[in-house]
Amino acid sequence: MPSTRDIRRRIKSVKNTAQITKAMQMVASAKMRKAQQAALAGRAYASLMNEVLAATTAGAGDFSHPLMEQREVKKRGVILISTDKGLCGALNTNLLREAAKFDKNTTVYVCAGRKGAQFIARLKRELAAEFTYKDVPAFAEARAISKFAQELFLSGKVDRVDVMVTHFVSTLVQKPEASQLLPIGKLHALEAGVSGQHAPQELGAASREYLFEPDPTNVLGNLLPHYLNYQVFQFLQEAKASEQSARMVAMKNATDNAKQLIKDLTLEYNKLRQANITKELLEITSAAMAMG
Amino acid sequence: MIKNHPNMATLKLEIVTPEAKIYSEDVDMVTIPGTEGELGIYPMHIPLMTQVSAGEICARKNGQDHFLAVGEGFVQITGDRVAILTDMAIRAENIDEVKAEEARKRAEARLAEKLGEEELASVQAALLNSLTQLKVKRRQHH
Repeated sequence: MPSTRDIRRRIKSVKNTAQITKAMQMVASAKMRKAQQAALAGRAYASLMNEVLAATTAGAGDFSHPLMEQREVKKRGVILISTDKGLCGALNTNLLREAAKFDKNTTVYVCAGRKGAQFIARLKRELAAEFTYKDVPAFAEARAISKFAQELFLSGKVDRVDVMVTHFVSTLVQKPEASQLLPIGKLHALEAGVSGQHAPQELGAASREYLFEPDPTNVLGNLLPHYLNYQVFQFLQEAKASEQSARMVAMKNATDNAKQLIKDLTLEYNKLRQANITKELLEITSAAMAMG
Repeated sequence: MIKNHPNMATLKLEIVTPEAKIYSEDVDMVTIPGTEGELGIYPMHIPLMTQVSAGEICARKNGQDHFLAVGEGFVQITGDRVAILTDMAIRAENIDEVKAEEARKRAEARLAEKLGEEELASVQAALLNSLTQLKVKRRQHH
């Protein structure tokens, strides 16, 4: 039977925990908004990229490029975008469970985020590289990852590259899913922002005829790596938004649980206190009666 | 003002990066570092699509020249609009010379170390960026 003092001490410690989780919830929700806004800032880039793509594909006609080469998949590269920190509920668990489903003999992993890299190392799978990315992903970080993946593909070390990332469906729902990055299949329109919708849009028709310098095939060939860089950048932004919203929900649950616990403990404390008072009264009265 | 008069016409210059829209203003002419050489673009230019190499953009507005440092990218030119799609762009007045110099030194020091492939790529990109910024800034002083 714990004493009243023990219970008081526990209430205090739970209160402290609740305060911390509440603060983390606030921070996560602010960061989530920031991540979503950062994703929207690329809207002008995405729409211009779409225009250039539409014009160049129209100009280039039948086109093939080393990055579009379909090969038999003997070795597969997987870019695994996880988080650096924990305390975000089941986000990483769900993501890594999906990531582990790839055949371990034919898969090479490229990790962004520490949790994924630790997981792959623990499973003793092939880890080609580990990248980091910040709370608001910088384009340079995405470019480094994308460049590395392109080199893996072009050198023939892998025949296909997928990106395994937690997609942002809504604040409450995030879904881990793999999407193909390389080889590039059909080019589709890029869309900025983490909206949760992922039906690839068709490229619009070119608005007018352009002159190309040096020629459309060349321009398109050089455009493709940038197209991939931007895609990876979007994946990073989406992963960040998912992480922050998952953390926000996890911390809200933790705060609610702590509050419930405080309530229960307070009830127990009061019961015990009353029992003690009653006991003392009994002792006093029985002592008085014995004296009398 | 007569909008369509060739002498009065302006170009809408837009420079966008994945992180933000850096520049969006009406200018009289613009000079772009194309991969095939420097391009000077005036209003009523024929529609053209080409590539930009890392370097300096000069936008002339009301007789004054504005400079920007840009990274690799693409440019879409129509008669009244020049849209540049690039990884990095920064206005000359916003370039912090000390910071750019530091970044260059850091990148060079990192290159001297033994690096993995993945790091090498990102460091080289960072180096190119800071070199371009420095070049643009230094030219302004002279």
